[in-house]
Amino acid sequence: MVFEYAPAPESTKIVNLKSNYELFIGGKFIKSKTGSNYKTINPATEEVLSEIVEASDKDVDEAVKAARKAFKSWSKLPGSERGKYLYRLARIIQERSRELAVLESMNNGKPIRESRDIDIPLVAAHFFHYAGWSDKLDYAGLGKNPQPLGVAGQIIPWNFPLLMLAWKIAPALAAGNTVVLKPAETTPLTALLFAEICQQAELPDGVVNIITGAGVTGKFLVEHPDVNKVAFTGSTEVGRLIAQTVAGTNKKVTLELGGKAANIVFDDAAMDQAVEGVINGIFFNQGHVCCAGSRLLLQESISDDFLNLLYERMKTLRLGDPLDKNTDIGAINSAAQLAKIKELTNAGKSEGAEMWSAPCEIPNKGFWFAPTVFTNVSLSHRIAREEIFGPVLSVLTFRTPDEAIEKANNTPFGLSAGIWTEKGSRILEVAHRLRAGVVWANTFNKFDPTSPFGGYKESGYGREGGRHGLEPYLKAGK
Amino acid sequence: MLKDDPLVLPSILRDATNSDSALKKFLNGLSGVDKVGVEERVAKLGTRSIKTTAKAEGIDLSIRMIDLTTLEGMDTKGKIKSLCAKAKRPDPLDPSVPSVAAVCVYSDLVGIAKENLIGTNINVAAVATGFPSGRVSLAAKLQDTADAVSQGADEIDMVIDRGAFHEGRFLDIYDQIQAIKHTCGAAHLKVILETGELKTYDNVKKASWIAMLAGADFIKTSTGKVQPAATLPVTLVMLQAIRDFETATHRRIGMKPAGGIKTTKDAMKYLVLLKETLGDNWMNPNMFRFGASSLLNDLLMQRQKMKSGAYSGPDYVTVD
Amino acid sequence: MSNIDVKRTAKLFIGGAFPRSESGRTYEAKDKNKNFVANVALASRKDGRDAVVAARSAFAKWSEATAYNRAQVLYRVSEIMQGRREQFVEELSLWSKTKKQAENEVDEAINRMVWFAGWADKIAMVTGSNNPVAGPFFDFSIPEPTGVVAAVAPEDSALLGLVETIASIVVSGNTVIVIASESQPLPAVSLAEVIATSDVPGGVINILTGSYKEIAPWLASHQDVNALDLTGVDKKQIALELEKEAAVNLKRVLRPNTKLDGLARIKVFLETKTVWHPRGF
Repeated sequence: MVFEYAPAPESTKIVNLKSNYELFIGGKFIKSKTGSNYKTINPATEEVLSEIVEASDKDVDEAVKAARKAFKSWSKLPGSERGKYLYRLARIIQERSRELAVLESMNNGKPIRESRDIDIPLVAAHFFHYAGWSDKLDYAGLGKNPQPLGVAGQIIPWNFPLLMLAWKIAPALAAGNTVVLKPAETTPLTALLFAEICQQAELPDGVVNIITGAGVTGKFLVEHPDVNKVAFTGSTEVGRLIAQTVAGTNKKVTLELGGKAANIVFDDAAMDQAVEGVINGIFFNQGHVCCAGSRLLLQESISDDFLNLLYERMKTLRLGDPLDKNTDIGAINSAAQLAKIKELTNAGKSEGAEMWSAPCEIPNKGFWFAPTVFTNVSLSHRIAREEIFGPVLSVLTFRTPDEAIEKANNTPFGLSAGIWTEKGSRILEVAHRLRAGVVWANTFNKFDPTSPFGGYKESGYGREGGRHGLEPYLKAGK
Repeated sequence: MLKDDPLVLPSILRDATNSDSALKKFLNGLSGVDKVGVEERVAKLGTRSIKTTAKAEGIDLSIRMIDLTTLEGMDTKGKIKSLCAKAKRPDPLDPSVPSVAAVCVYSDLVGIAKENLIGTNINVAAVATGFPSGRVSLAAKLQDTADAVSQGADEIDMVIDRGAFHEGRFLDIYDQIQAIKHTCGAAHLKVILETGELKTYDNVKKASWIAMLAGADFIKTSTGKVQPAATLPVTLVMLQAIRDFETATHRRIGMKPAGGIKTTKDAMKYLVLLKETLGDNWMNPNMFRFGASSLLNDLLMQRQKMKSGAYSGPDYVTVD
Repeated sequence: MSNIDVKRTAKLFIGGAFPRSESGRTYEAKDKNKNFVANVALASRKDGRDAVVAARSAFAKWSEATAYNRAQVLYRVSEIMQGRREQFVEELSLWSKTKKQAENEVDEAINRMVWFAGWADKIAMVTGSNNPVAGPFFDFSIPEPTGVVAAVAPEDSALLGLVETIASIVVSGNTVIVIASESQPLPAVSLAEVIATSDVPGGVINILTGSYKEIAPWLASHQDVNALDLTGVDKKQIALELEKEAAVNLKRVLRPNTKLDGLARIKVFLETKTVWHPRGF
């Protein structure tokens, strides 16, 4: 082996991990008298990082009360003043970006390269972008002087913990709302560090409240009668329950749910970049991405050549310690998720698809799954239909553009899709016909605070990002 | 060694070089290159962190891969003499430093270089064919090459006709390379594409194929006299073309980025690109070279730092 | 023990540097009570010419920068302005009726810079469009900066008016040569120092102190200037003549006394590009 990369670990010294964390309510960290405790771990090593509170219904109530109290003055602040608070948050996030990235990788399992180069910069960018909307709401598209809704209850997933927090909190605050946010059960730590950042920014008490917990805590938040708006990102399963729960109430709701995106590669694609796009599409963030390109729709005439390039490229993927700067594939977030991935890949094998995995060395401790490709997949296989949420690609073929579109649309999901071709008019026609909220042409998994993101069909409704991302948090003015 | 076998192309590629229109069709049939995609891939690979043992190995490997270069109108016997001394013994105080792969000089100074390198394994590479512009007749190019070869050049670095490229006369480029390869005899031929004048990645890919089909032993990015010279994205495109050529012909072509590679950090990025595109078979001076001059001193200073633990300075490396 | 001040030299701001006027001239700036305050560089037409060269060469990079980058740069300007609040208040107080007035203007100027910074990555969303043409085409219109803009800043709003003039022009990617208030030039000089230390690339913003009556005609007739902001021209006849000069190469002109809100003012210095592309396999 020539030029084998030596370990290049990012130090964890920059993180001041506490042995336990409390709830952030009304601008302070307070003890829960009625909640219970649980431990949060590093999924790469299974070591316990910290003890976390599972907030009770009384805790949720206190948080909503604090948010309501703060709403009175926050909503009356001139937009430019709200904006300056958000700019402070953005700047402090930039200042503490290394610390946040390391903590995110420790608690989530994603490679430090991704949390450092993608997650955290986008977090700062979201706050920066929405800071500038605070005093320009007249241009949001709801007419002059639109009004905030009140208190927003926000529930986010574990795959991009701090980024999902930014997507929720930034527009809500810019529009004049106050929030109660529940981070995912397995990834509470960066949200709790964010609470400290709110204190450093001197954000008025109660504007942001962070309550930790699992599904039950989230249920209390969604059901709370004094929450005006519910925002949820997570599984379609839970999204369905939330939609049922808020039925008949006055609560506005937006949902970002699951996906089973088709990444369509035509015979005239720029081959090497398409291979890269497919790799990014499914192996970025270990495939823990709602908009992951988990179905490769390959034009039959190039499928052998393309797959050979894909396998060769996959052999250079480095799986291992998320804190090693050279790691490409980090840990699976939890034992439960790993079990789910294994269940579905076993189904794939038993249903007759052919499986190939990159030859990665799996560490002894922690939760890991090697990047895997299934070929000879048909649409009726479970692995073509159900969201695996792991580094597993299902490959199907097509003969014509019409067939590609038909297969791509043949799913209850509709979050995203990819198109790889050098022909401009084909990109535009295929994009026109795909039933997906985000279409990436000759690229994939690209996010920007100015670019609206959200799904069709069972992938949810509502958009986050850009001017569209403000609408869910505003109503028409008087 | 694989490279010394005469080039036998599979029939599909032989047919491609039957006529100008056949070659044009073949080249236009190659899959396109997406600029943003290439540059993103390069940027991601640029985040590879090369430390400790990997860095030490990379530094020594890079030194061994250098074509130590002087290409100035004012080059003299004295300049060549001191360049060769440096090539043999890059660090006067540290004999453990390996010597470079070759020196690279103008064709009329090959003899001087050879004299100064007697008893070493260091090759003499000559730039020829009306370097750097190539705007001379084919006869002059062949004469230039023959002169260099007769003085003992081990390697010839030729330039392609970029005017012909932009006129679409691809077969003319192919024919010229073949003619020069023939004149090289036993000397190895590096074909300089001058990527800074080809401008697009698609053009770089096409030119790479023309050169490899015509019998190049190495494809090289630039003369170093035009900006931009070597870049990481252009290098990636060329390495991928080499990979595809090997898949089609089982023949391994070498690669040389030249010009603008100044620091150890740069060199490590090139090695990462090479390793993750072509793998271990290319990680040696027979298959990869750096066309550089000031790079060597930075490698030496980094090597000194790794040994002593302290940052080094220009007083501790020689000026040729 | 006495400690006398080191007095600041008031120079021009061109291409990111602080040259004196090539003419070697200065003029006496006086406060509201006609007391001498400073000798301020008096810009010549050649300084104006040099500023246009600097603005033109900075345009490519500034207009190609991402909107996010421009937003951050302008926000940084407001950060540095905040740090110099006391200096700005002191300088404005030389001319304002009361110190409170000066404080209000400074605070508003800082907020105004923040406000404009936040426009950078929103202009395209609000002014651009996807156009539903009657055919199988994807058709979109996008705003682009017009290029190099020459501006006359308001005489009587020496900081706030200056910030508004500059920011509304550069936020979208234009570069600017602005002639500062002649009678109240010091805030402009301090603002130039803020800009020079705020990640703004040299040449994006050029500030000339002096008389617009002398310099503006040369900028209005300059063939490499794309637009003219006449907000600070308080003489009708002069404004008319400048507009006539500008017409030779069809510059976009913002006339004085056009009361425009921020976005409308930004739009004066934007072009619109419409692109068509067919849809079909």
